[in-house]
Amino acid sequence: MLLRHTPKEITERSALTINPAKTCQPIGAMYASLGIHGCLPHSHGSQGCCAYHRSTLTRHYKEPISAATSSFTEGASVFGGSANMMQAITNIFTVYDPEIIAVHTTCLSETIGDDLKQIKKKAQKEGKIPEGKDMISASTPSYVGSHVTGFSNMVTSMAGLAESTGKKNGKVNIIPGWVEPCDMEEIKRVSKLIGVKSIVFPDTSGVLNGPLSGEYKMFPEGGTTVAELKSSGDSTGTLALGEWCSADAARFLDKTHKVPCKVLDMPFGLKATDRFIDALRTIAGVTVPDELANERGQLVDLISDMHQYLYHKKVALVGDPDQLISMTEFLVSIDMCPVHIVTGTMGKKFEKRIREITKDMPFEVNVKAKGDMFLLHQWIKNEPVDLIIGNTYCKYIARDEDIPYVRWGFPILDRQGHQYFPTVCYKGGLRLLEKILGVIMDRQDRDATEQKFELVL
Amino acid sequence: MATTTKKKMVQWDPADVKAELLSKYPPKVARKRAKQIMINEALENETPQISANVRTTPGIITMRGCTYAGCKGVIMGPTRDIVNLVHGPIGCSFYAWLTRRNQTDAGDDGANFMNYCFSTDMQDSDIIFGGEKKLKQAIQEAYDLFHPKSIAVFATCPVGLIGDDIHTVSKQMKEKFGDCNVYAFSCEGYKGVSQSAGHHIANNQVFRHIVGENDEVKPGKYKINLLGEYNIGGDGFEIDRIFKKCGITNIATFSGNSTYDQFASAHTADLNAVMCHRSINYVADMLETKYGIPWIKVNFIGADSTAKSLRKIAQYFDDQELTAKVEEVIAEEMPEVEASRADVMPRTEGKTAMMFVGGSRAHHYQDLFNEMGMKTISAGYEFAHRDDYEGRQVLPTLKVDADSRNIEEIEVEADETRYSPRKTPEELQALEDAGLKFKHYDGLAPDMQNGTLIIDDLNQYEAEKLVELMKPDIFCAGIKEKFSIQKLGVPMKQLHSYDSGGPYAGFKGAINFYNEIDRLVNSRVWSYMKAPWQENPQLSATYGWE
Repeated sequence: MLLRHTPKEITERSALTINPAKTCQPIGAMYASLGIHGCLPHSHGSQGCCAYHRSTLTRHYKEPISAATSSFTEGASVFGGSANMMQAITNIFTVYDPEIIAVHTTCLSETIGDDLKQIKKKAQKEGKIPEGKDMISASTPSYVGSHVTGFSNMVTSMAGLAESTGKKNGKVNIIPGWVEPCDMEEIKRVSKLIGVKSIVFPDTSGVLNGPLSGEYKMFPEGGTTVAELKSSGDSTGTLALGEWCSADAARFLDKTHKVPCKVLDMPFGLKATDRFIDALRTIAGVTVPDELANERGQLVDLISDMHQYLYHKKVALVGDPDQLISMTEFLVSIDMCPVHIVTGTMGKKFEKRIREITKDMPFEVNVKAKGDMFLLHQWIKNEPVDLIIGNTYCKYIARDEDIPYVRWGFPILDRQGHQYFPTVCYKGGLRLLEKILGVIMDRQDRDATEQKFELVL
Repeated sequence: MATTTKKKMVQWDPADVKAELLSKYPPKVARKRAKQIMINEALENETPQISANVRTTPGIITMRGCTYAGCKGVIMGPTRDIVNLVHGPIGCSFYAWLTRRNQTDAGDDGANFMNYCFSTDMQDSDIIFGGEKKLKQAIQEAYDLFHPKSIAVFATCPVGLIGDDIHTVSKQMKEKFGDCNVYAFSCEGYKGVSQSAGHHIANNQVFRHIVGENDEVKPGKYKINLLGEYNIGGDGFEIDRIFKKCGITNIATFSGNSTYDQFASAHTADLNAVMCHRSINYVADMLETKYGIPWIKVNFIGADSTAKSLRKIAQYFDDQELTAKVEEVIAEEMPEVEASRADVMPRTEGKTAMMFVGGSRAHHYQDLFNEMGMKTISAGYEFAHRDDYEGRQVLPTLKVDADSRNIEEIEVEADETRYSPRKTPEELQALEDAGLKFKHYDGLAPDMQNGTLIIDDLNQYEAEKLVELMKPDIFCAGIKEKFSIQKLGVPMKQLHSYDSGGPYAGFKGAINFYNEIDRLVNSRVWSYMKAPWQENPQLSATYGWE
């Protein structure tokens, strides 16, 4: 047994987190920064933070992740990291020449109280930021919130680049939230299909799912351009996908540039996608093209075709709030029963939303916003499930308890496809279902006696 | 910034390459980097000097990590029956959770916490009001849940800044429990200039709190400790297989597949065999001073190196039975190795490699490449010190800078009752005269050819430039470097985590490595970089229909 020391009996823990369902803010900020074209993320702290985030993102995407660090030593930690940051700005623009640097803080620089806005002013005054180049920053203390908070904070800093010229650009801002590069691509495809001109930010498509061609581009073609970010202040509105990931940035644009916004759930599964498409159609004042209606129909068709394999199957879920809310809704909508749900990201609204979505389910739901995967495992030991959906760390639970398992979320360190094949919108729903059905049916085939082994499922 | 590997310097001159690497830097950075890029030249009676273990310049995309990574991740991470509790915000513990591929056999007692991640998950209130209370409670909860033999506490950056006294908390809890050793590591990420400081901190505390705790004499002959072997991809398993076959008893491995009791009993061994000099030489020195156990440098990376290291161990014990057994094992293992080598050689001979890893692998792995007829044209360490490049003879002349001064040096004296020199000075001298060197490491530079480039703390920009200019057939480093190198169309082998491969140590490991490198440098995929229409962009007049 891999997790042999996990007892079935659940005891209260007030101080010890075991097998966390979250990580810290800066990695989220780094991921968001990679969705700006020509951007070099910069970690203002000690070297290890940057190394760990780059390693984790690299393992998840199997793509180069470039990011710089202020390389704090003990001296910088005592006297402040301003000198390190100033040196970093010069070196970055000289050696790597990005369009923009996106700096995030760490627990170290936050604890000593470095002020990045002041540092930027000083850098500008001293001419360290070349003409036409820029620097943005986000405060991302690791001891507040989670990686999701850090993502949201950096996306809000991106929105800080917005300018209003007084002349609308006829575009809709779409803030997709922490989804995969291919998901961002799919969101752009669907918007285009409906006829909505959009500014999607951040946009890691083309950055973190790039080609191999014998050429290395530190700054690939993809990413939201600084010009687009500036123009987002002139957009007709903002659709923020995910309260935790995207709402702050959308509300900032509303408050600062009077760009009205609507916060929607992330478009995972049938109903959340329906609401997203409906919102896009309404904003653009157009009819949804048949092509998209057809995609929806295919998803409904697959649900109906395979309903017997899904009906009342119990599921355990771990992930981030926005994704889990939509996933829970999707599972309930196809008559599956998500019974154990944990996220590491706090927020009272999360548990409330999950309880609303699952209220008519025939089973009681265990949900915890400040949970960890140790607790999830204990819940599973007490009430077994038919399926686990979550990041790669779930494989230890899945193997110990012999439960079918679908990898979905962050990080996925041991399988491929998440960079390339979206799980958002209707097409993504088909893929999610394919994955869920695949593991459930594999299990049925594996466990069937010779007499009961079926050719056709 | 875009680079390609198209323009290859056919006859590259190392001085030109060095100049090219430095050309883009601001003058201050260029001056600093110039001292860390050394053209390996044999000078009169001395090797050239390199600057190492110095700060990385802010803004330069370094390969390095932090002190915490060196302490918790490298040294303490692979010990299976210690609950490693990280005191800090959640990230530090999360990122070090199962990512280093230290393999473990849970053994008869079955204790294995390697698959778990423990953290106090500090919140802003802990930063403001102090985290000692939470740490104490977390230690209590870990004890109540698991009743481990030992709990190790690791400090992260904010802990040092807010002044949590993790050592006192640990001591109090140890006294409270009575049957669980609790101790702490002040390995805040900002200390030192790289992971190396963390190794030192880990060495100190393991020696102070664990080594010598169990005086029970273990059964077996030819007792050694294997220091600086972390069982990545099962390397330690392969080395242990060979030891067992030879009749050598491994009391403690620091720290691959290790247990608390192994550390506690390490002082009962009669020889310390040091693999990774950088990460563990402190423990080797302290075991000698306090208990009288000599140490020798070994290398089990490479089949010939493995044979050589086994012979060194046999020479030390100076016992006919062991010497005969070692020769028998080598004779038994080598034919398979040689057959595998002969198989790959036609496809690997004459190819070139670069490697930039750790504090010893960039040296050790050259032996494996040499065995396959491949030449290392450039190499360097991520976090080594000058002695790892130039040899331990430079130690007395090393300047202690402000960053190193912050890392504790513990004073060790001979143990009043347990100090027992394993060999008399005369015996040691006789062995030295016969060629077995104690407390000795020549470093990487003497083993590299003239005109090769030795580069300390290589960064992303220089890595790309090197590949672009010198176009090696394979490049070895870590996960962060892997894909930018491969985008250039050059295969990249991770020598930290082995890309899910291994073991590469010992005899069986050598075979694995030959096959792996053969696969990488001869993969068909590198010929697919360009589509047909990119290779022949000119449109011909008509399409050749059937």
